[in-house]
Amino acid sequence: MLKPLAPALDLIGVTFAYGTRQALKEVSLRIEPGETVILLGPNGAGKTTLFSIVCGLFSPTAGFVGVAGLDLGRQRTEALAALGIVFQQQTLDLDLSVRQNLSYYCRLRGIPKAEAARRITTELERLKMAERIDERVRDLNGGHRRRVEIARAMLDRPRILLLDEPTVGLDIPTRRELIAYLHTRGVEDGTAVLWATHLIDEVAEADRVVVLHKGRIAASGTPQRLCEETGAAGLDQAFAKLTAQGPPPKEQPA
Amino acid sequence: MSAAHYLGAFAGIARRELLRFVKQRERFLSALVRPLVWLVVFAAGFRAALGLSITAPYQTYIQYQVYIVPGLIGMIQLFNGMQSSLSMVYDQEMGSMRVLLTAPLPRWYLLLSKLLAGVAVSMLQVYVFVVVAILFGIDIPPRGLLWMLPALIPTGLMLGALGMLLASAIRQLENFAGVMNFVIFPLFFLSTALYPVWKMREANTLLARICDWNPFSHAVELIRFALYGQFNLLAFAVVAGTGLIFFLGAVWSFDPARRFRAGRTA
Repeated sequence: MLKPLAPALDLIGVTFAYGTRQALKEVSLRIEPGETVILLGPNGAGKTTLFSIVCGLFSPTAGFVGVAGLDLGRQRTEALAALGIVFQQQTLDLDLSVRQNLSYYCRLRGIPKAEAARRITTELERLKMAERIDERVRDLNGGHRRRVEIARAMLDRPRILLLDEPTVGLDIPTRRELIAYLHTRGVEDGTAVLWATHLIDEVAEADRVVVLHKGRIAASGTPQRLCEETGAAGLDQAFAKLTAQGPPPKEQPA
Repeated sequence: MSAAHYLGAFAGIARRELLRFVKQRERFLSALVRPLVWLVVFAAGFRAALGLSITAPYQTYIQYQVYIVPGLIGMIQLFNGMQSSLSMVYDQEMGSMRVLLTAPLPRWYLLLSKLLAGVAVSMLQVYVFVVVAILFGIDIPPRGLLWMLPALIPTGLMLGALGMLLASAIRQLENFAGVMNFVIFPLFFLSTALYPVWKMREANTLLARICDWNPFSHAVELIRFALYGQFNLLAFAVVAGTGLIFFLGAVWSFDPARRFRAGRTA
């Protein structure tokens, strides 16, 4: 059973190593329903590893992963049902249509056919992609493919949406649009969002920023608090101080 | 997690495999042309060189073309199994394997569904091939087409599971050519697909023994006997046993606790 008041995500002391290389060290993080959290970290900080653990693709060497009040280690399938995931890599079938891709996902998630058709229309409409439903994914541009993936992740009404660098390779207006969209969803449906990025200008509207550096949580708080704590004038500086390797790039070269 | 969810997920996975298959016309053509080339070109040449005596399950002397049909059916399933594993390696690189493995169903079930979907694709190819072979005038008992159906499931599963096990070991597409050389060719040539074991024994007893032990031989024999309405228990046992081992190995290697441990990255 999903527990409505349980945290959307609850990580306690999560540790992971690739062989002898320590990728995550005792990461603890709690995300409440409806909260939007940005996981900010330079490349190689452990963001993708953390995501792979939360979606059950890796098992942590130590620690606890709770999703919507369920223990991922013990109640794997139930916990996975509460997750919506947008992977860093493109994961759509290029030769299938948008509809075929989304229907496949609904089947995997056990959403009945009629309900699936309804939800597919609704989610695509919300992202202004409804008229593209019968197009081949190969014919869509990068931004539209990302929208389809976000629509897909929302189909099963997840308690928490995980996005791993979802705006990589997109132009600035598209990125802004997607960010604004996800904020709206968080407010409207109470879907918690965990958004991993290395781009500081995606941070602005987050409820909370968690800075991951070398597999550890270096800081956590509102953007304002991070600035105060580090005595920095802006987030750029705060981030630079926290990771001590210069400010992260503001924009992703497309 | 209801029964409807399980069945629906399988239907979804099978539909995806079939859609992907029909959209790749080259794959369909090569799957059809490859065995036909063997049947029409090689068999004609080999027939002259090879004399076949009466071998079970055949009741009488048969044409060489008739002998190699079950072997070529096995070849279709072998290639299909490897093709599925190739697409799994591709899926891993592309990430769509992650979408499958993060579905809220047990991992073994998802992998089994993927295997069965691959078997369905291979059966489609097999039946198109057999129909074309009959049109070419090859003597195949029409009722054998029906009897063969239940045999193609365990053989397809076994070869698909082998492909899946290989896919978990191969991380990059570039390494796939090696699989062709070191898996497909030995499996196919050191089997009863092209010549009966006794014929092989005349030439080399060691090779004949390898033939006897090759699970692909047993897959071919299971299909061969089924075509003539007979059930080959030994072949079935070997196919089912090795298939189960391959499958368990594949599930084991896709276990997140084991995966990505040895310094491998996502």
